Amino acid sequence: MKLKFYGTRGSMPAPGPDTLRYGGNTTCIALTGDAGERIILDGGSGIRVLGLELARRMPVECSIFISHTHWDHIHGLPFFVPLFVAGNRITILGPPDPLAMQGIENVLLTQLAYPHFPVRVAELKSSIAYETLRDRQTVRVGSLTISAILMNHPALCFGFRVQGGGKSLFFTGDHEPFGNIYAPGDPEYEEYAAIVRERNEGIVEFIRGVDLLVADSQYTDEEYKTKFGWGHSTFEQCIGMAKAAGIGRVCLTHHETTRTDAELSRIGEELLRRHAGEDIEIRLAEEGADIEI
Amino acid sequence: MSEIHRRFLNAVERMPAFPKSVHQVLALTSNINCSQKQLVEVIRLDPVFTLKILKLVNSAFFGLAREVTSIHQASVYLGLNTLKNVALGLAAIGVFPRDNPAGLDMDAFWLHSLAVATATRMLGEQIGVPHDEVTDYFAGGLLHDVGKMVFALYMPGEFRQALDIAAREGRRLLDVEVQVFGVSHAELGAVLARKWNLPKNLAVCLADHHAPRAAEGQPLVDCCFAANQVVKRIGVGAAGDKVVEDLPEGVRQRFSTDVAGLVAALPDLPVEIDKARVFVRLGEDVA
Repeated sequence: MKLKFYGTRGSMPAPGPDTLRYGGNTTCIALTGDAGERIILDGGSGIRVLGLELARRMPVECSIFISHTHWDHIHGLPFFVPLFVAGNRITILGPPDPLAMQGIENVLLTQLAYPHFPVRVAELKSSIAYETLRDRQTVRVGSLTISAILMNHPALCFGFRVQGGGKSLFFTGDHEPFGNIYAPGDPEYEEYAAIVRERNEGIVEFIRGVDLLVADSQYTDEEYKTKFGWGHSTFEQCIGMAKAAGIGRVCLTHHETTRTDAELSRIGEELLRRHAGEDIEIRLAEEGADIEI
Repeated sequence: MSEIHRRFLNAVERMPAFPKSVHQVLALTSNINCSQKQLVEVIRLDPVFTLKILKLVNSAFFGLAREVTSIHQASVYLGLNTLKNVALGLAAIGVFPRDNPAGLDMDAFWLHSLAVATATRMLGEQIGVPHDEVTDYFAGGLLHDVGKMVFALYMPGEFRQALDIAAREGRRLLDVEVQVFGVSHAELGAVLARKWNLPKNLAVCLADHHAPRAAEGQPLVDCCFAANQVVKRIGVGAAGDKVVEDLPEGVRQRFSTDVAGLVAALPDLPVEIDKARVFVRLGEDVA
């Protein structure tokens, strides 16, 4: 299985001279299975570039797994060229919108509406299928198996475990470890802590032993002090999650919008220093980078 | 003030207020720095609210892998933002008792209201109402007949008569109400809207949903009027009025078609209504 990052940025695209190395496009990851199956994780602005590449060899058949429907994970979708061309077969899978009580099909319908975009869904010529996912549901795409698990974010958000050819990876989508809303000493603290523990451990068990963890690590420990509850993890929380789940390789992504290449490189070096001698390979996601799993 | 109006104002005064917990949820959720702990505490102390949230969270719309049995679990599973929006969505449902002495079938009443809410929203989308305003269209449709609850709860005998006359003579319930009570459910809806401090466009919708000419140029009123006729024509739920009215010229022009045309233009309506039925089920055991 091969992975390529087309978008590594969190929250909002950040083009410019300061983001050339790690990339300015928002989340989009392409996976290719051993039999050529094509899976795309998230439709951030990076999916535009991927779409242009795929359009050179049409017809395109692919499945786009949307972790959640916040802008930075979907705003490239209307610019994914294969959607517009007859003969392409595209499946979009993702979480429901529990408030509108609608499925994942509502994403494109909302984006491709008159006030926002000049083309309507009805005018797209490709064949589009939708599948609204449930917690712990497993889907097959050719020889690949993709399992969804509900993560912790201010929207229904899935992490995806992908297995194929004897290899596996887990992509967190956006995720912050579950936390306790009560303080030690509150009568409810222990009960709440037990539920939090069960949820965090449930995720660790779900991802145990994968070959690669691709994780949202938007914040430094210092930044996290004021970003509690915003739905993103720190670099160290992701490395800790990998170690707890016996994962030897972690790729840190969803880079904070304002983070420059120089700052990210400095953070990367510091992480390597801090975890030197531990049995874990740590790297920061770079747009355009290929990883063989 | 005439005696009749005094009588109805008294009845409106006796109508249930939004419960305190609903007020608190509305206040908390309008604060960007809403504390998850505070929100959980408000919900936890209101068993009705708790039960409604657990039912919704365990419904197919959330697709959770395991059953959530406590508000603390729901809080951990969903996080603040989702919980906040779910609480807001559920706040207004279930304010009214499910039984009433007039014998108005409440399941059928809310199903009709929900169907009109869904159709009003869909018509709003069709005429290009911005997405963030579409929620008001749903709310307007959901509450359009709420004035009938005043009759059903506080003048049950006369309302029963009015329902019978409308059914027997095939007349608009609104006209029979004016004949029997001297006031219509639309007028009472407007008074309730003021009592509950609903936004002005919703108040106008409640007041004029049978008289789009009076609210000329109000797209929400036109959509609600048209939705009401569409739902009566396809016969989903019932709120005591079976007369399908023709669209007045202004409404016809807005949609460029008549009631039959609108039914054909909304092929997804039954499916959408089915999706929204969960709200009726939510209220079943908890009122």
